[in-house]
Amino acid sequence: MTKETITLNLGPQHPSTHGVLRVLLELDGEIIVDAKPDIGFLHRGLEKLAEYRTYQQILVLTDRLDYLAAMSNNFAYVLAVEKLLEIEVPKRAQYIRVALVELQRIASHLFWLGTHAHDLGAMTPLFYALCEREDIMDIFEAISGGRLTPSFMRFGGLAADADSTFVKNTKKFTDTFSSKVDVYENLLTENPMWLSRTRNVGMMSKEFCINTGISGPMARAAGIEWDLRKSNPYSSYEDFDFAIPTGLQGDVFDCYMMRIREMRESAKIVRQAVDGLPESDGSPIKAKVNKFPAGEIYHSIESPRGELGFYIVSDGGKSPARFRVRPPSFVNLQGVGELMKGRLLSDAVAIIGMIDIVLAEVDR
Amino acid sequence: MGVTKLGGATVITDSLDWITKWSQRNSLWPMSFGLACCAIEMISAAAARYDMARFGMEVFRSSPRQADVMIIAGTITKKMAPAVQRLYDQMAEPKWVVAMGACACSGGLFPTYAVVQGADEFLPVDIYIPGCPARPEALIDGLIKLQQKIKRDKVR
Amino acid sequence: MTIDTLTEKIGEYIKESDSFRDEVTVTIDRDAIIPVCCILKEDEDCSFDFLSDCCGLDRLPETPRFMVVYNLYSLKYKHRVRIKVPLEESDAEIESLTPLWNAANWLERECFDMFGIRFTGHPDLRRIITPPNMEGHPLKKDFPLEGSDTK
Repeated sequence: MTKETITLNLGPQHPSTHGVLRVLLELDGEIIVDAKPDIGFLHRGLEKLAEYRTYQQILVLTDRLDYLAAMSNNFAYVLAVEKLLEIEVPKRAQYIRVALVELQRIASHLFWLGTHAHDLGAMTPLFYALCEREDIMDIFEAISGGRLTPSFMRFGGLAADADSTFVKNTKKFTDTFSSKVDVYENLLTENPMWLSRTRNVGMMSKEFCINTGISGPMARAAGIEWDLRKSNPYSSYEDFDFAIPTGLQGDVFDCYMMRIREMRESAKIVRQAVDGLPESDGSPIKAKVNKFPAGEIYHSIESPRGELGFYIVSDGGKSPARFRVRPPSFVNLQGVGELMKGRLLSDAVAIIGMIDIVLAEVDR
Repeated sequence: MGVTKLGGATVITDSLDWITKWSQRNSLWPMSFGLACCAIEMISAAAARYDMARFGMEVFRSSPRQADVMIIAGTITKKMAPAVQRLYDQMAEPKWVVAMGACACSGGLFPTYAVVQGADEFLPVDIYIPGCPARPEALIDGLIKLQQKIKRDKVR
Repeated sequence: MTIDTLTEKIGEYIKESDSFRDEVTVTIDRDAIIPVCCILKEDEDCSFDFLSDCCGLDRLPETPRFMVVYNLYSLKYKHRVRIKVPLEESDAEIESLTPLWNAANWLERECFDMFGIRFTGHPDLRRIITPPNMEGHPLKKDFPLEGSDTK
C-alpha cells in the first residue's frame, strides 16, 4: 500500500469560504499537508478604474471594497483625501462619523459571528445576529438612504447632518445591545462543541503576526496590543474611552472573543459619541472641493478587519494618478496556508472563518 | 381544474403540467452562489426579517445537482466565469437563472478588463433584478416574478 | 520620524527625501533596499518591524517609469516611513523583501501581476489576482481600462 496525498479544491463555490475563495488542499486522509489559497475570483480592476474616475466618484467605488464595512471604507478614503487637501472637519461631523463607523463595526462583526458560527455547525446565532444587524441597517438607511452601500461620507464631513431620529434610534440600539451580546455568548462561549472546534485551532504567535503583516482582531488575539484608533488616533477618537481587548494564544476562539469584546466596546463608543454630540456651529457639514494639489499621501484606519489604508498619488488633476488600497484581508489571508498545515480538514473551515475575510477587499 | 367527490373523498383533477409547475414554483431551491455584495443582501433575504422561507426558498443547496435556481448575486469576473459555466452545466433540468444586482445584469459599476459585462453574455438569464445592491425586497420580488414566469410558461 | 533621524541612520543611501503633510518619504537606489530595510528594522530608534504595504507606481511618460513603494510602520513608536525605489522600464527588477518579512510575499506578487516588476529571490513569483493566462499587466498606464481582448 502506498501513501499518497490527494488534492482537494475548497471553493471557489463553497458555503464556508465566505465568497469566492479557492484553497487548494493537499490531504493525507483528513490531515492537511499543504494549503495554498488561490484568489482573484472577484478581481474587478477597481484600482485601475479609480484612475478614470473623479475623486468624488471614487467614493462610491470604495463602498464595494469591503462590503460588510462600507462606512469604514468611505471613512478611510475621505480621511486620506482630507489629509491631501488639508481640510478641517467640524467636530460634530467627526463625532457622527465615529458613531457611524463604530455601528458599522458592530454590524460587520455580527455578520461575521453569524456566518462563522454557521460554518461550524451552529445555525441559531446566524438568525439572532442578523436580527440586530437589521436594526443597524435601519439606522443607516434612515440617515443615508442605503443599507449596505451608504456612500455617506463626503470630503470635509458628511452628505447630510444627523437629526434627532438618528440620536434616538442609536441610543435605543445601544441601550439593549449589551444584553443581546450576552445571548450570543450564552450560546457559544462556554459551549463544549464550540470550544472543541475553536480552542487551540490555528494558533498564531506575535512574531508570526508581525512577520506576516497581520493586523486587526487577529493580531490582537495573538497578544499584540495595537489598534490604530489608539496608537494613531484620527477623527476625535482620543475623546472616547474604550478598551482594546487582547488574547493569549491567537487561536480561533481568541479571535472570536476579540470580536465579541470589540462589539461591546464599539457600543460604548457609539453611546459616548451620540451623548456628547456637539451642537452644530453653523458651519457646512461638507466642504466645497475644486482643486486637488499634487502630492502623495497614505492614511489608514482600524477597520473591522485590520489596517485599511489608502495611498493616493495626485498629479493635480481631477482623478488620482495612483489609487492604492492597502487591504487588511489580503495580507491577513497570506498566513492561512501555514496555519492549516497539520490540522484536520474541518479545522480549515474554522481557520478561514477566523480571518473574517471579504473577497472584494482581497481581490479589489 | 376540476373538483369532484369520489366515494366520500374530494378529488382535484388538473393537468399534469399545472401540477408540475405548481410544485416547481413553490419549492425553488436556490444554489448558494453569492459572489459579492449582493450575496449579503441575499443572505439577509433568507434571514428572519425578510424570510424567503415563506416562499419555499430557504433551502439553499451548496451542490448544483440539488438546486433549481442559480441566483447570481454579484460580479462575474473573467477568472470566475468558467466556474460559473461549469456550475450551471452541472445543475439538473429544470433550472432557472436569476441575475441579481447591477453587476450580474450588465457588469454594473465595473466596465473594466476583468469583469464580464452581465451574466447573459454566457448564460440564459430568466429574471433580472437591478440594484446595487438589490434590496432583499427586490430579490423576493424578482423570485416571485420567477414563480409567475414558471406558472405562465410551458413546463420545463 | 523625521528626515533628520533617517539621514542619521541611512543617510548614505538616501537619494531624495520629502516631507509632505507630516509623512516622510525617502527615495533610494534598488541595490540599497535590503541594507536600508535591515537597518530600519533592527535599529533601536527606528524599530520598523511591520511591513504595511508594498505597491507599484507607473509614472509614464516620466522616467524612470516605475517606482516600487514600501510603507513601513513601527509598532513600538507608532511612526511610519515611505521608501520609494525607481526602476527603469527596460530593467524593472528588484530584490525581494521576503527574507525580511513574509508579508512581502503576496504584496510583491501583486506588484508583479499589476506592473510586471520582477522580484528576484521571491519564492513563488506568479500572477495572483488576474487569471493565470492573462496577457499584459493591467495597472500599467498603456493598458486599456476595458482590456484588450473581447471576452
